[in-house]
Amino acid sequence: MPRTIIPFGPQHPVLPEPVHLDLVVEDERVVEAKPSIGFVHRGLEKLVERKDFVEFVYVAERVCGICSFIHGQTYCQAVEALMKIEVPPRARYLRTIWGELSRIHSHLLWLGLMADAIGFESLFMHSWRVREQVLDLIEATTGGRVIFGSCKIGGVRRDLTSELVERLASALSTIERDTRDLTGVFLGDRSVQDRLCGVGVLSSADARDLGCVGPMLRASGVESDLRCTGYAAYSELDFTRATRPEGDSYARCAVRCEEVFQSIDLIRQALARLPDGEIAVKVRGNPNGETFMRTEQPRGEVVYHLKANGTRNLQRFRVRTPTFANLPAMVKVLQGCGLADVPVLVLTIDPCISCTER
Amino acid sequence: MAYFAMSKLALKWAFARPCTTRYPFEPRQALPGSRGRLVFTRDNCVYCTVCAKRCPTGALAVNRAQKRWAIDRLMCITCGCCIEVCPRKCLELAPEHATPVVTKDRESF
Repeated sequence: MPRTIIPFGPQHPVLPEPVHLDLVVEDERVVEAKPSIGFVHRGLEKLVERKDFVEFVYVAERVCGICSFIHGQTYCQAVEALMKIEVPPRARYLRTIWGELSRIHSHLLWLGLMADAIGFESLFMHSWRVREQVLDLIEATTGGRVIFGSCKIGGVRRDLTSELVERLASALSTIERDTRDLTGVFLGDRSVQDRLCGVGVLSSADARDLGCVGPMLRASGVESDLRCTGYAAYSELDFTRATRPEGDSYARCAVRCEEVFQSIDLIRQALARLPDGEIAVKVRGNPNGETFMRTEQPRGEVVYHLKANGTRNLQRFRVRTPTFANLPAMVKVLQGCGLADVPVLVLTIDPCISCTER
Repeated sequence: MAYFAMSKLALKWAFARPCTTRYPFEPRQALPGSRGRLVFTRDNCVYCTVCAKRCPTGALAVNRAQKRWAIDRLMCITCGCCIEVCPRKCLELAPEHATPVVTKDRESF
């Protein structure tokens, strides 16, 4: 059968991010997908040579617009590890709360985009309606909706007052109720199941071999969640990894739905156990040495590599984002799929290309 | 019945008030504590230039001789760094966002 190449992206109605795919198709079936990136490279890693290591938190936060807080947190944790700074317990708990809020808003955003990709417009709007409540909570507690700006080396900038703790607790109940309505549709509606079940199956062996991370890996039945390593306050909170054995698009959707409730539960636990005391310690001196820091973002594991030489500027700053790790798996699941399923499969890895290209 | 999972949600919202506001007829109320706009109070300022030196984006310019304090609103990322370092506490963040600007001029005080 003759083969045709269909260019897909970087600008396309269903693509949330600028990635280009050359889809080699035989009739309506995709035989091969060749990705190319490089449309939104900003050179953020090089900027570390010109910015003071304390000010660089602002740059690290701007690597991604969705996981902004966790990028800032990972950078701070890496510098704190280099400088052997002990972060106060209250700051560790606050970082956990904001990290989980950012996970909820990221997953709700993804659920909306997925509904949009399968043509379920009203479900998309309802997902983003619920997400708006989370963004309001983030703005009330940190002052920003997208860029939190509340993490700094040695702790956090803002504290939670008792009124804000009460507001968080009551808003979480509303968000949980609304999300339960949403996930009922995502997991129970037959038309959603028809589009997602059995589409883009990735076996657990393939997921491991291709180096998948995050919900993509957990939906293939592999138990892997970096929060279990116990950074921030996770070692003191109870939670289990959300996994599904099927490995298809429906499983990836189900894992993310489950993680929204898991995050709500984690925030409740953190609020209940929130210790009193300082929220930051003074930072003295300059970092020296080399370190790796790994944390769990909504999209999966992020790896930071920092190299310092005892001056105000770091020598090297390198980020491996979760989307970069999941791109090979996306190419794998695209092989053999129908052309109409391409937007769904590209979305199931939750691509963040500006994150990937930094 | 799996085809009607959305019906309950759709029916509930068919009779509810819209969750959106009719902007610009109903202006958005700024949340308290929101990092909207940097406000400068001239009375206490000694023009020490610490805020300008510590601003990560270089949005602030302070001239001690002429007693001028200036801000480029397009460059300010409302991080609050200047507020933390100001010795005379003459800077604060207002929850209302800055009005849109059409030129890249610095706003001088």
